Amino acid sequence: MKILVAVKRVIDYNVQIRVKEDGTGVHTDNVKMSTNPPDDNAIEEAVKLKESGKAKEVVAITVGEEKAQETVRKALAVGADRGIHIKADSYIEPLGVAKILKKVIEKEKPDIVFMGKQAIDDDCNQTGQMLSALLGWSQGTFASKIELKDKIIQVTREVDEGLETIEINLPAIVTCDLRLNEPRYASLPNIMKAKKKPIEQLIAKDLGVDISNRIQQLKVEEPPKRKGGIKVSSVAELVSKLKNEAKVI
Amino acid sequence: MSILVIAEHDNSVLKTFSLNTINAASKIDSDIHVLVAGNKCENVCKEIAAVPLVKKVLQSDSPNYENYLAENLTPLVVKLAGKYTHLIASANTFGKNFMPRVAALLDISQVSDIIKVNGPDNFVRPIYAGNAFATVKSNDKTKCVTIRPTSFDPAPTSGGTATIEKIDSVNIPSVSKFIKREETKSERPELGTARVVISGGRGMKSGENFKLINAIADKLNAAVGASRAAVDAGYISNDHQVGQTGKVVVPDLYIAVGISGAIQHLAGMKESKIIVAINKDGEAPIFSIADYGLEADLFEALPQFLEELNKLNTIQK
Repeated sequence: MKILVAVKRVIDYNVQIRVKEDGTGVHTDNVKMSTNPPDDNAIEEAVKLKESGKAKEVVAITVGEEKAQETVRKALAVGADRGIHIKADSYIEPLGVAKILKKVIEKEKPDIVFMGKQAIDDDCNQTGQMLSALLGWSQGTFASKIELKDKIIQVTREVDEGLETIEINLPAIVTCDLRLNEPRYASLPNIMKAKKKPIEQLIAKDLGVDISNRIQQLKVEEPPKRKGGIKVSSVAELVSKLKNEAKVI
Repeated sequence: MSILVIAEHDNSVLKTFSLNTINAASKIDSDIHVLVAGNKCENVCKEIAAVPLVKKVLQSDSPNYENYLAENLTPLVVKLAGKYTHLIASANTFGKNFMPRVAALLDISQVSDIIKVNGPDNFVRPIYAGNAFATVKSNDKTKCVTIRPTSFDPAPTSGGTATIEKIDSVNIPSVSKFIKREETKSERPELGTARVVISGGRGMKSGENFKLINAIADKLNAAVGASRAAVDAGYISNDHQVGQTGKVVVPDLYIAVGISGAIQHLAGMKESKIIVAINKDGEAPIFSIADYGLEADLFEALPQFLEELNKLNTIQK
């Protein structure tokens, strides 16, 4: 069995986002970048399947600028076997990314594709589902537990009502929730070893798929600031304010 | 041309977020049709037909739609798409699951999780977990849009007389199978939709101490939340986590106890109507966004809080 894991390089989740004054986006210069958090869970799950003998090969793929390779390199350091970097110099919408991944998947022929359920930059939550539809494969989104059986995967999904369990046929796309597992840290020797693992580079616009963006970003602005509140001096005053001023209890 | 809203329901009852979605759709155009795909879902159709904003209900019955598997629902929506300018669903786990499939098959770039409608092709959506708002214009001929339900009021539910039209189901060979759904059994309201949320952070010092939070939650009929620090420390299970990597909540009242206010926590609660912070560190960032801040030792403040609540004659539920 072969597993493909899609990872994305995003602004680290601990960084305070700063909106550009000219409204064209957010500051990314000299900002710490990391792997999108649930993509770490995706890698971890794939590596675990390899370690348990159920999977033979784990391939990590990313779409993005030159530096996006770092994200693939990190995946290699925690156990992926090889990497693919689809170089793209500007933002590509989830639909375009899904088309790129489909193209690669037609060649690589993995049995399972793992990725995070959502990227914490554009917050679209689309790529996995779109890829699944374009391939005509099954999907298990927001997975918090998976169990690989013969030709199927049982996926426990985080849904609004609680947990839902489905069985999906292979090949399949699984999008991972943070609860799926505890991603490991790369050890120094493994980071060194990862430097020798191969990363194949392809150019997005040479793949022969339509990656034109359809959504125009007109303006990015800071959300309305909250008015500064007050400090209360006692619990009694707090409860009185909540009851009589804010009228919320 | 009209708008198609895809309703969420459990085959017998309409889920309330569908009403918020219908209301959001009405900001785009008044000719709203609602698709109810399910198994024996007459009752849901009647409920929607009574919503005055709705012009027509499309009922498609099939056992394949009973558990709204995305792979089964998608071909039906794709087949209907040609008659509509907009395809709209709620941006919860229901809409998020199937709408991108529909968009991809129609070669449309979806606009996810909008919080405001500026026009038929112009929407506002939060990015970076709400730390920035993007105004976007969709250039696709048909728009696939998901709506953040908590950003729109629910549509009124009575007085409407929409027609109910039965339509054929589209059945495809199944690639996925529903096994079971375990609803979170809790005496308390659900974190995502609760009117009041009270959350504890690292300052709680132990899981045992969450009983102080629970007692107040019971009194206020509140959901219990937690910061990532509290979850990572093992005080409480991670389905209580509020924040960028947990749940985003927008209650009328949010009470943060022993939470310093890390960026990633603020991203999950700063849209709450009223925010209360109880923290002994007067410099904690949480105070900068709190409407009411109380600088106090939580182990003294929480029992007093409960006592003061007990003194009240009435408490909103």
